[in-house]
Amino acid sequence: MSLKIITNRCKGCGICAAFCPKQVLAVNEVEKIEAVAEENCIKCGQCEMRCPDYAIFVEK
Amino acid sequence: MSMEQLIDKYFRPGRLPHIWCPGCGNGIVTGAIVKAIDKLALEKDSVAVISGIGCSSRASGYLDFNTVHSAHGRALPVATGVKLADPSLNVVVVTGDGDATAIGGNHLIHAARRNIDMTVVLYNNSIYGMTGGQYSPMTPYGSKATTAPYATIEHDFDIAELAKAAGATFVARATTFHTQLLVDLIAKGIQHKGFSIIEAVSACPISFGRQNKLGGPADMMKWQRDHAVMLPAWNKLTEEQRSGKFPIGLLYEVTDRKEYTEAYDELIARAQGGNK
Repeated sequence: MSLKIITNRCKGCGICAAFCPKQVLAVNEVEKIEAVAEENCIKCGQCEMRCPDYAIFVEK
Repeated sequence: MSMEQLIDKYFRPGRLPHIWCPGCGNGIVTGAIVKAIDKLALEKDSVAVISGIGCSSRASGYLDFNTVHSAHGRALPVATGVKLADPSLNVVVVTGDGDATAIGGNHLIHAARRNIDMTVVLYNNSIYGMTGGQYSPMTPYGSKATTAPYATIEHDFDIAELAKAAGATFVARATTFHTQLLVDLIAKGIQHKGFSIIEAVSACPISFGRQNKLGGPADMMKWQRDHAVMLPAWNKLTEEQRSGKFPIGLLYEVTDRKEYTEAYDELIARAQGGNK
């Protein structure tokens, strides 16, 4: 597990999903971010850098 | 230190999630302040974060430094007092476009004129977000707001030029898209001895974006990516190519202007005939 998502901080803005180069993330039906294809994650850190809510971290 | 550890170290425990709307850039700017302070390895007790009122000014409540959440537009007078009481403090002022340029506009130009050593991080989200989307002096000309349903006919301030003319000695601009640049500029601003101002262009998708049909939070960040130009490239553009775009980077820095608290100490020594 390389992505750590803190669900109660996430507001589902979708910034991380939009900037993810590998389409790993998606906003689910309750408007929280979810890793839908984590095996494709290249740990680039775009999501962590752009998240305004400190809700997603990449563990290296 | 990982970003997660930074948040745990510099944010007050139990205060997150913050109150900012989904997609608001303020969280990114606040994160950048924390990263800059960590980059400089400053002790928490050596930092004072002073804010006014507004969305951006909520940041002082989340951060675990010496903090004051002051009155609307009055962050700079409070910060001036704090700095004069203890000039060894690293004073960071967190303010918004409305707080700094409308209600606190006079304080801004006079703090800049005195060249007092502090770092102003101006979160520019182009609107009064918290009160429901009224236009501010930095709302771009021709944008819609709840107080300008037919679009504003007032021209907006260029805060970089204004601060420079008023006497600020460090003027910079970055966006929430250019996160690393923002961190570097805030760190440089804190290190700069004198009045530093960093304009952080931030997206307000709810109160500004929706009224102006700018798309979602990610679209507004892509707009920043496509319209901000690094200063060296900006200098090579023609007037026509510059239209609609804005420069980012360290826009202005001078070091030959006397800093205020230093001059104040000298004045005390002089008044006391060298017997301080």
